[in-house]
Amino acid sequence: MKIIADTSKCVGAGQCVLTEPALFDQSEDDGTIIVLNATPEGELVEKAREAVHVCPGQALSLEE
Amino acid sequence: MTTTEKHEFPMARTCPFAPPPAYEEIREEEPVSRVGLPDGGWAWVISRHEDVRTVLNDRRFSADRQHPDFPALVEGEAASRRPDEERFLIAMDPPEHGPARKAVLGEFTVRRLEALRPRIQEIVDGQIDALLAGPRPGDLVDSLSLPVPSLVICEMLGVPYTDHEFFQENTVKVIKQSTPPEERWAAMEAIQGYMADLIAEKEKNPPDDLLGRQIVKLRADGTYRRTALAGMGLLLLVAGHETTANMISLSTVAFLRNPEQLAMIKADPGRTLDAVEEMLRYFTIIDVATARLCVEDIEVGGQLIRAGEGVLALGHAANRDPRAFENPNELDIERGARHHVAFGFGPHQCLGQNLARMELQIVFDTLFRRVPGLELAMDVDELPFKDDANIYGLYQLPVTW
Ligand code: SF4
Repeated sequence: MKIIADTSKCVGAGQCVLTEPALFDQSEDDGTIIVLNATPEGELVEKAREAVHVCPGQALSLEE
Repeated sequence: MTTTEKHEFPMARTCPFAPPPAYEEIREEEPVSRVGLPDGGWAWVISRHEDVRTVLNDRRFSADRQHPDFPALVEGEAASRRPDEERFLIAMDPPEHGPARKAVLGEFTVRRLEALRPRIQEIVDGQIDALLAGPRPGDLVDSLSLPVPSLVICEMLGVPYTDHEFFQENTVKVIKQSTPPEERWAAMEAIQGYMADLIAEKEKNPPDDLLGRQIVKLRADGTYRRTALAGMGLLLLVAGHETTANMISLSTVAFLRNPEQLAMIKADPGRTLDAVEEMLRYFTIIDVATARLCVEDIEVGGQLIRAGEGVLALGHAANRDPRAFENPNELDIERGARHHVAFGFGPHQCLGQNLARMELQIVFDTLFRRVPGLELAMDVDELPFKDDANIYGLYQLPVTW
């Protein structure tokens, strides 16, 4: 699985970081997403799915 | 088009813990339907979870509240619009919106807010000390719900808390549906003037607070304008005041009415964040803040919406949609409610949402741990719920322990 982030759609709400800080972070400057680990494994896979589901900008997608 | 619509908006509640019953009827029978507005106009209401997310995340729906055709939810509102006036962040569209939002977003990242946790805990403890030292029954709104978010946002912005009565009074006027439009404008202008003066003072030697840092940052970008920053400051101040405060009061009542749910967070505070999400879903206190104006023909939920037509994306109807939440009318802190739309959705989703989450989490963990015998000092039916405000909540919450 691979996480794809479209930063142009990111609205910086941090829902992804809140879901899993091991996978995501936000830029200190403008709040946009930084993917820390694009290829999650194990229980992080579920977290990645949840982040995609709650992202208000629909900026995240998964390549299975 | 006058009031040939089946429903009129806003709709009345019959139970303080549920949205107006008409929401369910609309959502199940005609999920995109027309409603009559107080000024004689009409708008489409969007009531299903999926459709609400679609509308709020599509640029073909404009947030420009100063546009003459933008749906007016209060009588006389459209006439009092001033299209040339500075736009607030919540009323901006692209390309103006993105950069304006991003300029301040860095202040609200999850990591940045985490650093505030100890200070918020201190504030909450201080307010609970004061509650416990005061008379019984005490008013939770006065002692805890309002001062906590108010102190936090004042400190963040760098607004002296000693002035809070002034802007609290004016905030209430801005939010009440019954405030005449001229008075609402006067109240807005009073807070805006206050904010502009405060910022002018900070310009001389920008302090290390949100407003001061914004001055430095925007100056460096070459985009600094005092009136624009005053608008942003005002928005954060107003939004930071009444929203979290009402969520604290309403959720406290809900916890006390549902002792099994309360017992779960007492036994394991690790569950409080989930409980916070469920409370946000369950109450959805600003459900009509998500009005939009359609600027291009688009089909939503099988209905064609034309350019120039108004739309109301009903967050509370969406958050009680059984397609998205099983047994939606039940309060269940374990359901995993994170995909609720209580903070909106899309580019305008609430900027302060993670601050709100943290404040609520700290308040509930601390309140129920330190005041285990907390109980309501008034019948639930008699509590003064804010049926007349654009942000739902409670005017008072008498409690004892
Ligand atoms: S949840 Fe989505 S919009 Fe929010 S910061 Fe993460 S990627 Fe960006």
